[in-house]
Amino acid sequence: MTKSILLVGVGGQGTILASKLLTIGLMQEGYDVKMSEIHGMSQRGGSVSSQVRYGTEEVCSPVIEKGSADILVSFEKMEALRWLEYLKKGGKVVVNDYEINPMPVLMDKREYASNLLEQIQKVAETKVVNATDEAAKLGNGKVMNIILLGTIIKLMNLQNIDWESIIKDNVKPAFAEDNVKALKVGMTLV
Amino acid sequence: MKKLMTGNEALARGAYEAGILFASAYPGTPSTEILENMATYNEVDAEWAPNEKVALEAAIGASIAGARSMASMKHVGLNVAADPLFTYVYTGVNAGMVIITADEPGQHSSQNEQDNRNYAKAAKIPMMEPSSSQESKDMMKEAFALSEEYDTPILMRVTTRGCHSKGIVECGERETAPERKYVKDVNKTVTVPAIAIQLRRKLEDRLVLLKEFSEKTEHNRVEDNGVKTGVIASGMAYCFAKEVFGDDVSYLKLGFTYPLPTDLIKSFCDKMDKVYIIEENDPYIEETVRMLGFNPIGKTLFPPYGEMTPDVIRKCVFGETIETIEYDQTDVVPRPPALCAGCPHRGFFYELGKRKNIMVAGDIGCYTLGFAAPYNAMDFNICMGASISAGHGAQKAFDMLGSDMRVVSVLGDSTFFHTGINSLMEVLYNNSRTVNVILDNRITGMTGHQENPGSGRHANLSDAPIMDIEAIVKALGAKNVAIIDPNDLKKMNETLDWALSLDEPSVIITRWPCVLKRLTQADKEEFENVFTEKYSVDQEKCVGCKLCLKCGCPAISLGRESRLAKIDSLTCVGCSVCSQICPTHAIGKEAK
Repeated sequence: MTKSILLVGVGGQGTILASKLLTIGLMQEGYDVKMSEIHGMSQRGGSVSSQVRYGTEEVCSPVIEKGSADILVSFEKMEALRWLEYLKKGGKVVVNDYEINPMPVLMDKREYASNLLEQIQKVAETKVVNATDEAAKLGNGKVMNIILLGTIIKLMNLQNIDWESIIKDNVKPAFAEDNVKALKVGMTLV
Repeated sequence: MKKLMTGNEALARGAYEAGILFASAYPGTPSTEILENMATYNEVDAEWAPNEKVALEAAIGASIAGARSMASMKHVGLNVAADPLFTYVYTGVNAGMVIITADEPGQHSSQNEQDNRNYAKAAKIPMMEPSSSQESKDMMKEAFALSEEYDTPILMRVTTRGCHSKGIVECGERETAPERKYVKDVNKTVTVPAIAIQLRRKLEDRLVLLKEFSEKTEHNRVEDNGVKTGVIASGMAYCFAKEVFGDDVSYLKLGFTYPLPTDLIKSFCDKMDKVYIIEENDPYIEETVRMLGFNPIGKTLFPPYGEMTPDVIRKCVFGETIETIEYDQTDVVPRPPALCAGCPHRGFFYELGKRKNIMVAGDIGCYTLGFAAPYNAMDFNICMGASISAGHGAQKAFDMLGSDMRVVSVLGDSTFFHTGINSLMEVLYNNSRTVNVILDNRITGMTGHQENPGSGRHANLSDAPIMDIEAIVKALGAKNVAIIDPNDLKKMNETLDWALSLDEPSVIITRWPCVLKRLTQADKEEFENVFTEKYSVDQEKCVGCKLCLKCGCPAISLGRESRLAKIDSLTCVGCSVCSQICPTHAIGKEAK
């Protein structure tokens, strides 16, 4: 049975590194893995998604269909609501309690609604985490993405994979320790 | 060794393993990362060319001289390179050569959705279509051997989902390509009509042999699941079909798609009661199947545009999609692409957008975003380099029709090098009073910061000679040339006034680096202290007039409670454009 993990956020938040580490771990564990990303036009500030699919049998499509993600992990609140239609019924949402204003909000044309978390919680099983603050507590705001990776590992029951060595093999040595700590923090948040 | 690779990484890996020595490309989504990955292999000379035609011609030269070579490009790039493509198929290769076309079903970042499988048929070039990263690597490696065996370049057709999706790839070792010593042979390589007529006939003989290969290759294979419903598919469409149908249908998977294996198709269709043809964009396979006398289900059911992702197939075949959570999407605000904070195009478009009675001829690059609010400063864009030439035609027409409209043509440095140079020759030779603006941000921006002839670096980041745009335009004969800092709004305005007052062509070069460029030493010397300042809003002086929002900077917003402007200091890089707009002088440089 193919499992689907959808990571979404805003360009620059580090979804790509998080999904890269995730796919390496899944491959080492012996799963077939595919991942899809679409990038191009928007350099910065656009809505981004990494779609990860894995299973013990061959994974055919790299693309997650609407209504079929087992878990939606959103690095930003508005993006969780945008991508919620990709979650399967009964799937789980992890949402980082963090706002990045889209251009129409900055331009004072639209409003960033204050009750987005409530809107999400109303329709799906949702864990709200504050990965941005937790990362700051660790003294490195950039590890927010690895904290969120930790939540995926816990919720998808992937703890038995040796994530520590995967991080050490794929992250610059100077940041490896921070990232390992961040992963552990993430696993305790859900 | 097993590695997770995108299709683009795998294509480069396959070429590397095949012993390729020379690779050339012009950046374009979704093909860009192929050459970027090629440049990570020290054994390969991987180069950014000024445009796709030049890239292909350079690869052809390397192939003639005896080195395995490749050229990669996005689908529209092959239009630019079509001229050498058609004739190199006639002459055939010496060392193996592969051309990669990266098509864009769904138009994620392209101006059209052309299906380049049609090029294979038109140019009579054998074509392969991988369905996964592993196949991308394997087919690429094999393509060089096929190219030499059948004496023809090979077209590798991939699509966005393959290019940008990762899968597990078993990597091999680099092999030394067989020696293909150069021997002069004008009867093969000089395409004067007397010789080309002979080559044309030989080409048909070659296609017969290639058709025989297409019938027997493992890339074209039947997956018989003992049922009477069949699916014929190639490339990513095969993966999408398999996701939907699983083992409930039999498959004819096509990986070598020109010439098509008509015998194999016929025997497959003969055994089936019903055949679906699942392909993205044009009915390329379907037309052949119909010609063979079958009546498959193809474009009568499936859309002729967009991607054939599982949801699309599901909806067409079963009339349903997977059930989704129902919720209200009213509060979902779009995130349209925007010019970055500190983008040097901002000041230019802010000023240009205020002008009346002008037509702005646009081009392909980040600056195409000048069409959108708050600038609304672009009338059209067609293809790479067309701003200056189409602008020329428009100005001539306005003048002849008695209109007082003036044309401002706008393109970037990389687009100018690509084909804009030729367009400027048109303006200067045939003399239109257009204002030609080259937004020189010292890099190829939109595709993700690739080097170009003006950026100071090669593809492998070694130092490169810098083509001097000012010297080029003056050498072409431009008499009215201004070079300005686009962040200086007063100067920008005065320069536009000056250019529009002339009754002859002018060139304005705006010179300021892209905020995301890795600056060269020359950049650091020219643009002192660039991107090191911060600006902030004096909340006492701000009157909340919102004029600063009109420069469309992602660093500026209105306080939710205060309704006064504020600048996010993490995002601001100190271009100063907003401070020049503020009527109450509330925006100022922060003390360091």
